[in-house]
Amino acid sequence: MRANVLDPGAPRGGAVRPYWLLLRAGFRSQAAYPLAAAAGMFTNAVFGVLKATVLTAAAAAAGGSLAGYSGGQLLAYVWVSQAMIGFVAAMGTAEIGERIRTGDVATDFTRPLDVQGAHLAADLGRSFFSVLPRGLPCLAIGALVTGMTLPAAAAPYVLGAVSLLLATVLSFLCRYAVAILGFWLVDTRGLATFYTVLSGFFMGLSLPVSAFPSWLRTIAHATPFPSVMASPVDVLIGRLTGPDAIRAIAVQAAWVVGIGLLGRVLTARGRRTLEVQGG
Amino acid sequence: MTTPAIETHDLTRSFRIRGRGPLTAVDGLTVSIAPGEAVGYIGANGAGKSTTIKMLCGILVPTSGAVRTVGLDPVAKRRALAARIGVVFGQRTQLWWDLPVGESFGLLAAIHRMPRPAARARIDALVGDLDMEDYLATPVRQLSLGQRMRAEIAAALIHSPDLLILDEPTIGLDVLSKQRLREFLIRERAERGTTLLLTTHDMGDVQRLCDRILLVDHGRLAYDGTLDGLSATVGAGRVLVLDLDAPGPDLVAIPGTRHLASEGGGLRQRLAYDAAHTSLGAVLSAVGEVRGVRDVAVEEPDIEDVVRRVYQRSAAGELGRAADATD
Repeated sequence: MRANVLDPGAPRGGAVRPYWLLLRAGFRSQAAYPLAAAAGMFTNAVFGVLKATVLTAAAAAAGGSLAGYSGGQLLAYVWVSQAMIGFVAAMGTAEIGERIRTGDVATDFTRPLDVQGAHLAADLGRSFFSVLPRGLPCLAIGALVTGMTLPAAAAPYVLGAVSLLLATVLSFLCRYAVAILGFWLVDTRGLATFYTVLSGFFMGLSLPVSAFPSWLRTIAHATPFPSVMASPVDVLIGRLTGPDAIRAIAVQAAWVVGIGLLGRVLTARGRRTLEVQGG
Repeated sequence: MTTPAIETHDLTRSFRIRGRGPLTAVDGLTVSIAPGEAVGYIGANGAGKSTTIKMLCGILVPTSGAVRTVGLDPVAKRRALAARIGVVFGQRTQLWWDLPVGESFGLLAAIHRMPRPAARARIDALVGDLDMEDYLATPVRQLSLGQRMRAEIAAALIHSPDLLILDEPTIGLDVLSKQRLREFLIRERAERGTTLLLTTHDMGDVQRLCDRILLVDHGRLAYDGTLDGLSATVGAGRVLVLDLDAPGPDLVAIPGTRHLASEGGGLRQRLAYDAAHTSLGAVLSAVGEVRGVRDVAVEEPDIEDVVRRVYQRSAAGELGRAADATD
């Protein structure tokens, strides 16, 4: 990504520390709400049990496997995807849209920072925080309640970590692009809800994208959403390995660049129409 | 010649509002503010104050005209500009809601890429000056409004900007909090020569902090000059509050004054007078000839009243002359 699409005259050099501190601040801000994290984890786990039950029954009816997932892999898909919900904010975040709706976004522009980059840093902090109180306990519950088959080799975990990182960056960039439409629409809450439902389905939240009928799978892969969840899960649980895993990661990276640039263009254009709300 | 802290030429911004056609929030604003000036930017709600400030900061792109803030094009050089100015939007926060106040300060210093020792020293000084020691460890969301506003001002000053822009900094504050903030700003400006641009509805802010007033009306500059000059121009002089020894008729015939109001059947009466045209002694002796005076108080011009009068004149088409007369 070009670093200074918006501000060719921005200061350069020593540029990383502020973003690192913003990431930490995002992390620590989340820590202020341990009950919300616990409630989120509990919800994810309950729905995990439901999804595991339904998909296991479907696989049994289909003769033991579903779309090439073995029974244990299907359970792994369910629990890894449930554990990722907080990490990639699959249920959406209100923050940026809310800042535009209320006009607080004005203060973001009074800092010597890239607005998209600053929000990305804070969102990554939020994302990383969710691993401890939401991601790992959810996986542990899954392992205890239904069990799952995870890869024995190290490669899926290494590639999976890369894929997860790209997934959360991509998730942020998509949510940012939707929120920035608020420069034109002012209130993007309805749009954000629609986006959450649509993206949730196409990212493979309710059913693995690989288990979609082929026409629906084609539509899904024309969107960035499988790269937010289905791809990293498939890489992590060892369904996509070797060149397939690398290809999935490359597709994720391409979406990151594409949606990231889209967000930057929208931000630059939006400032021309921006009408800061609330005086 | 030094670069003006703020310079605009024919600055205009209009918005498209669905179903109502274009609205010109700022209309042909031409103004120059020298470094070190303290300027009150006043006008009614919707007069275009906040829109102007957002263009000065590079948040909003002007529809037409030119603007330079500390010599920079605010939109093209937004980030370079952000390093040179501090902004407080009174109704918004630039602090991290869930984090302790002190951490917000550290973050802002890092965002401005201040060396750590310099940041430490500056933050300590601001914390001391604004009396924030007691709540440095408190999350921002738990602060009172007065505490938060002090923190907001400190946050805008951490990087020692050349220009401080305050958009309604005292809104909602109690008298004591306002007083403390103003005292701090006076000290800070005396020490550093920071240029100040302030929008407010609070006349006290203007009277205490500003040596120049810009008054906007419907996006146009209606007055540029001193507060005294503004009062003189629109004839809103000081107000004499008279406590008389007995109720009686309104004092409408005292030369050089204008009767404003009476209370208690005429026991207390308020007269406006302009010190440029008459003296307090002359007014008092004129009153003394018709009534017994028990007590007297003099009130400074009320900004809201002054603004109201400018608007009335501008509605009557006298705007141009009023502004020209003070040049």
